[in-house]
Amino acid sequence: MASTETKADAADQPVKDSTGGDMAGLEAGLDALETTAHSGRPGFRQTFVEKILPPLVAIALVLVVWQALISFKVVTDPSKLPSPSDVWGEVKNAWLEGTLLGYIWTSVSRGLVGFLFALVIGTPLGLLVARVKFVRAAIGPILSGLQSLPSVAWVPPAVIWLGLNNSMMFAVILLGAVPSIANGLVSGVDQVPPLFLRAGRTMGATGLRGTWHIVMPAALPGYLAGLKQGWAFSWRSLMAAEIIASSPDLGIGLGQLLENGRTASSMSMVFLAIFLILFVGIAIDLLIFSPLERWVLRSRGLLVKS
Amino acid sequence: MATTLAKAADGAEVVEHAARIEHVSKSFAGPAGPQLVLDDITLDVAPGEFVTLLGASGCGKSTLLNLVAGLDAPTAGNITTNGRPALMFQEHALFPWLTAGKNIELALRLRGVAKSERRDRAEELLELVRLKGAYGKRVHELSGGMRQRVALARALAQDSQILLMDEPFAALDAITRDVLHDELTRIWRETQLSVLFVTHNVREAVRLAERVVLLSSRPGRVAHEWRVDIPQPRRIEDAAVAELSVEITEQLRGEIRRHGQH
Ligand SMILES: Nc1ncnc2c1ncn2[C@@H]1O[C@H](COP(=O)(O)OP(=O)(O)O)[C@@H](O)[C@H]1O
Ligand SMILES: [Mg+2]
Repeated sequence: MASTETKADAADQPVKDSTGGDMAGLEAGLDALETTAHSGRPGFRQTFVEKILPPLVAIALVLVVWQALISFKVVTDPSKLPSPSDVWGEVKNAWLEGTLLGYIWTSVSRGLVGFLFALVIGTPLGLLVARVKFVRAAIGPILSGLQSLPSVAWVPPAVIWLGLNNSMMFAVILLGAVPSIANGLVSGVDQVPPLFLRAGRTMGATGLRGTWHIVMPAALPGYLAGLKQGWAFSWRSLMAAEIIASSPDLGIGLGQLLENGRTASSMSMVFLAIFLILFVGIAIDLLIFSPLERWVLRSRGLLVKS
Repeated sequence: MATTLAKAADGAEVVEHAARIEHVSKSFAGPAGPQLVLDDITLDVAPGEFVTLLGASGCGKSTLLNLVAGLDAPTAGNITTNGRPALMFQEHALFPWLTAGKNIELALRLRGVAKSERRDRAEELLELVRLKGAYGKRVHELSGGMRQRVALARALAQDSQILLMDEPFAALDAITRDVLHDELTRIWRETQLSVLFVTHNVREAVRLAERVVLLSSRPGRVAHEWRVDIPQPRRIEDAAVAELSVEITEQLRGEIRRHGQH
């Protein structure tokens, strides 16, 4: 133990106590020994090999199989299965005509605005259900039951109530996303360790202050999972609404594009629409939700580095 | 219900105890009717005093501490404390979404300390527990001993008259625990806090306390008390500490044996 006295940063610590002069040194030694050294972020090469390459390989394989189906004449009817190059030609056309981004933006802006509304409604609703016993008993089961109702089911009543317009789309998005967001928050709150609540209470964080300083941050991981699912549901219900309720004055979103492809019997347009819907869903998740979730988990030491 | 004495602002009102536990009983609803966990406990902690509460596992130590902290209400009896007590747990209970420094600042904020002062005060407290430089560290980046020191700093940030500690070092290895005993003794003497420290470890109780209170089990009653006159700083391996520990252990074993006799 004598060697701990040689620790550099122990030397300039003032030793005010009378409990033996080498205590600060011993402590500094323990701290140094027990703190794990954190390796930096993985390099680009490693990220590429571990994270980017595998999905690229998977996509390439799908394309190869697809092309093979056409080349080896397994599927001969182009109105059933267009070739990858036909679909690519469709993408290029839409891009050159300047309509591609328009399709995407119409749907994405609707989806995001609807999602923000769902956030504003779902969050306080979730808090109420989580924190107020009566509200939980009253609407908790309904709220989790609603999650298993396919949100397409809301399209017909929404059309009857609101007509073929944007409000109807937003209504469908809300009905799809609000239960997910609220339920995510409820399960996040339920999983807050009681120890945190007790620690908060001894520090005077009760009532609203407790909710703000302890419950909300502690519930954040569950809440984020709810948001992620809420977005997926928003996007799905929006697509359903757009397919069913296409109307010329609504502007062409991805759902309408898909429906237009079907009525025009253009399989390559149908494929284009499906790819774009998939692409947007994945992109929003990769660009917004996954980084948010990773950041929260990492900052709490909950992300196991592989 | 636990009531709280108004803190004497000008020193005119003399408060003669930091915590007063009077004839306190506590029962919990059990499968066969109410189960008496604490029975008629009376115990005072004087200002600046260090008392350890010793007892076998399950004898109701944590229950009593929760009552003093106001987290639960006694079934009978009365508890008064001088201001709201600070409480430290066996688990560090630090908030993982905040850095070490921000954990301390939250306690300051909830106490109403102005924003401009919080940072300096938090750094001061970290220095007091010898963790200068840990301000920006996340909880998971700290070792077990460091976490408990941050938790101690956060408890001190509450500026309470009395600090309640529920086996705060039980999960640490022996060397780290020794170091933290020294730290706690030093800080207790510097701050002149009252401490009510719960443990099932006899030597720890003797190492730290001015007074050791032994609780019996089922129901918990005050079984015996010892004054510890061994001068501080003590070491856990001191002969005098060992000697008193032997005596107390004998008594504790006797208490436990009684339960096997019927
Ligand atoms: N909330 C509770 N409900 C029912 N029984 C409890 C509760 N809390 C503690 N007990 C019981 O009280 C007894 C004392 O527990 P505790 O105070 O945790 O003991 P210690 O801290 O001394 O180990 C135990 O038998 C435990 O089962
Ligand atoms: Mg306990």
